[in-house]
Amino acid sequence: MEIKIKLNGRQVAASVEPDMLLIDFLRKQGCVSVKCGCETTNCGLCTVLMDEVPVLSCAVLAARADGHSIFTLEGLREEASEFVGFIADQGADQCGFCNPGFVMNTIALLRENPDPTDDEIRAYLAGNLCRCSGYDGQLRGIRTFLESRRGKA
Amino acid sequence: MLTIRNYVKAKSLEEAYELNQMKTNRILGGMMWLRMMHLNVGTAIDLCDLGLNTIEETDDEIILGAMVTLRQLELSACLNTYTHGAVADAVRDIVGVQFRNTATLGGSIFGRYGFSDVLTVFLALDTEVELFKAGRVPLAEFAAMKKDRDLLVRLIVKKKPLQAAYLSMRGSRTDFPILTCGVSRIDGVYRASIGARPGPAVVVEDETGLLAGEITEESAAAFGEYVAETIRTGTNLRGSAAYRKHLTKVLTARGVLEAAAQ
Ligand SMILES: Cc1cc2nc3c(=O)[nH]c(=O)nc-3n(C[C@H](O)[C@H](O)[C@H](O)COP(=O)(O)OP(=O)(O)OC[C@H]3O[C@@H](n4cnc5c(N)ncnc54)[C@H](O)[C@@H]3O)c2cc1C
Ligand code: FES
Ligand code: FES
Repeated sequence: MEIKIKLNGRQVAASVEPDMLLIDFLRKQGCVSVKCGCETTNCGLCTVLMDEVPVLSCAVLAARADGHSIFTLEGLREEASEFVGFIADQGADQCGFCNPGFVMNTIALLRENPDPTDDEIRAYLAGNLCRCSGYDGQLRGIRTFLESRRGKA
Repeated sequence: MLTIRNYVKAKSLEEAYELNQMKTNRILGGMMWLRMMHLNVGTAIDLCDLGLNTIEETDDEIILGAMVTLRQLELSACLNTYTHGAVADAVRDIVGVQFRNTATLGGSIFGRYGFSDVLTVFLALDTEVELFKAGRVPLAEFAAMKKDRDLLVRLIVKKKPLQAAYLSMRGSRTDFPILTCGVSRIDGVYRASIGARPGPAVVVEDETGLLAGEITEESAAAFGEYVAETIRTGTNLRGSAAYRKHLTKVLTARGVLEAAAQ
């Protein structure tokens, strides 16, 4: 079947199988930041923004995304660059595999709630699993980013 | 693995219902559960274009479409004002925000999953299910019905005077629950709904009037004891039958005290 998706701001038309998952479609389109980290719909690594809302692309059919807007990390580098350095400075990333999902969902968090408390950060990012870290580095990184932004304001 | 031969965005409820009569066809809610099944689907029937993703409030009801997401339930002001936040408490630990943005109310209720926080909290309220063919059915009746090929269209919550609380026990924050517990007082009568027994949630009312008088730690504990004695619990890898009985007592009593303080 034919679908049209606005991918990272650009119209893309393609022919897909009815059961093609959005994650596989996106990777075929060259968005390889979108990765699959589990078979149980609960690691958060495949997070993309669908009409601005973070969703798990491993559980959305490409067919359902027809007519919608999808953003992956490839289209949001600039927005991500504002805070990823703060997380890296805390040494939060070990193997780094969880990073793209983490960054995508942090973008969604900060758009929805520009000045979250620690508990709000924890609650929003609870669906992003990291095998290496204890999540504290990421939390510290986001906190220092928010503090530095507040300082500038 | 889930395979799908055809994909249809249904244009009407009739079309969705008719397609769903074929055994090999399947309704798609959020697909979060479906995608983990080993299933060859003939036609996947998507309800996403039928306007079933709204929450409406009237003077005496809150009407929830089947395609309302768990995240919408969590953030709904009218639903959470009415339930004192019990609905948000029930869904906030389900996997993660991204998951809740697509998992649906309809799929959660239709599935009648034993572990369901969603089923548990709505059973604690005065809720009806609207089915395409069978019409309105009390949720408790629906929960006990065998799965058929009807279409779940809406959930209707009756806005009777309510005090309510929701608690669950989990090994870790976003894991499946070991026990779920909704407590409410509707029209002056307390009830508890207990799920993840590990079977689907069931409701126990305060039929003997243990909470008819003053609510104290003692009377709340007595009701917890009564609920634990009344329901059946079982053992699985998450917990034993005895542990679940114990949790039932404790969570029910805490729920009563929380609701009574509202
Ligand atoms: C990893 C994981 C962890 C989870 N943890 C929890 C948890 O802790 N607590 C909890 O409460 N839940 C949990 N769930 C369940 C989840 O919240 C949903 O209840 C579940 O995914 C079903 O919702 P869905 O929208 O994905 O439905 P789907 O998977 O799309 O559908 C489920 C079933 O319902 C049918 N169906 C869907 N909508 C309708 C309709 N309108 N009419 C008729 N039939 C319909 C489908 O055909 C299918 O058979 C978890 C699920 C997963 C995958
Ligand atoms: S790949 Fe793990 S949630 Fe999508
Ligand atoms: S850094 Fe390795 S999974 Fe997160």
